[in-house]
Amino acid sequence: MAGRAHKYGDHIDTDIIIAARYLVTADADELAQHCMEDGDAEFAKRVRPGDYIVAGENFGCGSSREHAPIAIKASGIACVVAKSFARIFCRNSINIGLPILICPEAVDGTAMGDELEVALAAGRVRNVTRDREFQAQPFPAFMLEIVEAGGLIPFTRARLQKAGARE
Amino acid sequence: MPGMTLTEKILAAHAGRERVVPGEFVLAKVDLVLGNDVTAPIAIREFESIGVDTVFAKDRIALVQSHYVPNKDIKSAEQAKVMREFARRHQIDLFWEVGRAGVDHAILPQEGLVVPGDAVVGADSHTCTYGALGCFSTGIGSTDLAAAMATGECWLMVPKTLRFVLTGQRRPYVSGKDIILYIIGMIGVDGALYRSMEYTGSAVADLEMHDRFTIANMAIEAGAKNGVFAADAKTRAYCDGRAKREPVYLEADADAEYEKVYEIDVSQIGLQVAFPHLPENARPVGEARGIRIDQVFIGSCTNGWIEDLRVAAEILRGRQVHGDVRAIVIPPTREIYQQALREGLLEVFVEAGAAVGPPTCGPCLGGHMGVLAAGEKAVATSNRNFVGRMGHKDSAVYLAGPAVAAASAVAGEIASPEDL
Repeated sequence: MAGRAHKYGDHIDTDIIIAARYLVTADADELAQHCMEDGDAEFAKRVRPGDYIVAGENFGCGSSREHAPIAIKASGIACVVAKSFARIFCRNSINIGLPILICPEAVDGTAMGDELEVALAAGRVRNVTRDREFQAQPFPAFMLEIVEAGGLIPFTRARLQKAGARE
Repeated sequence: MPGMTLTEKILAAHAGRERVVPGEFVLAKVDLVLGNDVTAPIAIREFESIGVDTVFAKDRIALVQSHYVPNKDIKSAEQAKVMREFARRHQIDLFWEVGRAGVDHAILPQEGLVVPGDAVVGADSHTCTYGALGCFSTGIGSTDLAAAMATGECWLMVPKTLRFVLTGQRRPYVSGKDIILYIIGMIGVDGALYRSMEYTGSAVADLEMHDRFTIANMAIEAGAKNGVFAADAKTRAYCDGRAKREPVYLEADADAEYEKVYEIDVSQIGLQVAFPHLPENARPVGEARGIRIDQVFIGSCTNGWIEDLRVAAEILRGRQVHGDVRAIVIPPTREIYQQALREGLLEVFVEAGAAVGPPTCGPCLGGHMGVLAAGEKAVATSNRNFVGRMGHKDSAVYLAGPAVAAASAVAGEIASPEDL
């Protein structure tokens, strides 16, 4: 499914993604209303379900606040494509089921507003506007297991059930 | 087969393995898990969807009312209540309420709840602070916290390690803050992405525990998974009479493999200031001299240690905070507050015209107790100067150690103690 790219630079921190003044709620839809506010005040108004965030290096650096990927997911973003991700943001996204892909070439080959199509399982990013296709880095097998389980909670539930009882 | 770094050794021990290598994934047993009033509410919601009745160990889960306390509004009060009720329901032993609570990362080491050799995870990015004690500690998210509260385990990728060899004698007033700002300035905010930062060298022995906490605290500001110092005589002295569990003293093998080794002569490092809006914008204080400021914040998990307050008080003693500046001093724990009270430091701050607040993360993240308006500039001893970090998106934060912060409060502009 095609969506538009919202393009950002390097080191987009979690204070930009969701400012601390909104951390007094865990409500996903409320967080989404303020997503990217201090960096791109129009984002929440502009974003449509199925759109993509395309960003540079170290996306999601800073705080461990899971409110950041929650806000992005609740905004309707189908996938974040970046050159690299900050580590806590990366694991939070995997854990809550926000799709992310590392694909520097796609980032360089995409401008704000371009139409993209992302095939998650294959890790392919197609820029419809520019008629170019890019291959993202594959996920390590362990992380894929969590993704395929539907996130860390279903993954943990299954592990605990398999173990029968906790040690 | 090469030896292991300190981080690899600790992770291997907690994964029940002889050895681990960078890049592999492990499910590590953790000694302690941490949550706070911002991250725990989401974790509690997720925990309850796992379908277990009890937490893995009620004496290994630390829940600290730290960020929006004393509660700043109804919503933050509701979040604190969610954590409080969970702590009661599960009879969590390690729960700190307002009055005894404060900045999570100052409380846990102080109480001896994190010890050398531990593997600790916390839903707070500055959980990496405890690496100063020779343990592995790292920040995770709320869903991670939920899973860890249920299982006592956490999935981790074994990081590559960068080794920082510190040598030389520090100049006057130069603290752990100046060293870490200098290092982040050198390698960048993603210079240690996914990696471990291991500190060693002759200058490390000279670093006090509070300097090491400050340096480990800001590992995340270089993108690192953790920062770690092997325990030495100072660590042992710190743990004596404090450690609640038996420490395990480990060190890196002599033939451990490092991705990169940085050699740094700390005698070349002067007082540092990180300009807006990234911690990597570190420059010598001289380049910031004369920048007019509106606020100074001394506190946080980075630089609220009693030694930091002593440095600030020494500079403020007999002087006055500049008329155009609001100076805010927040001791991060009750014990540090009491110690500062006993030593007369709080008297010095109040006499100088500074506001002294109760233990909280407060203004560090623009939560409350010192939020900036548009166009305002602050010097803060905290760890982040992102856009909007301490308030309005058009405000600006300059990061520095306590000496520069206190001197700037008096001067009304960014200054070093020698300028006064």
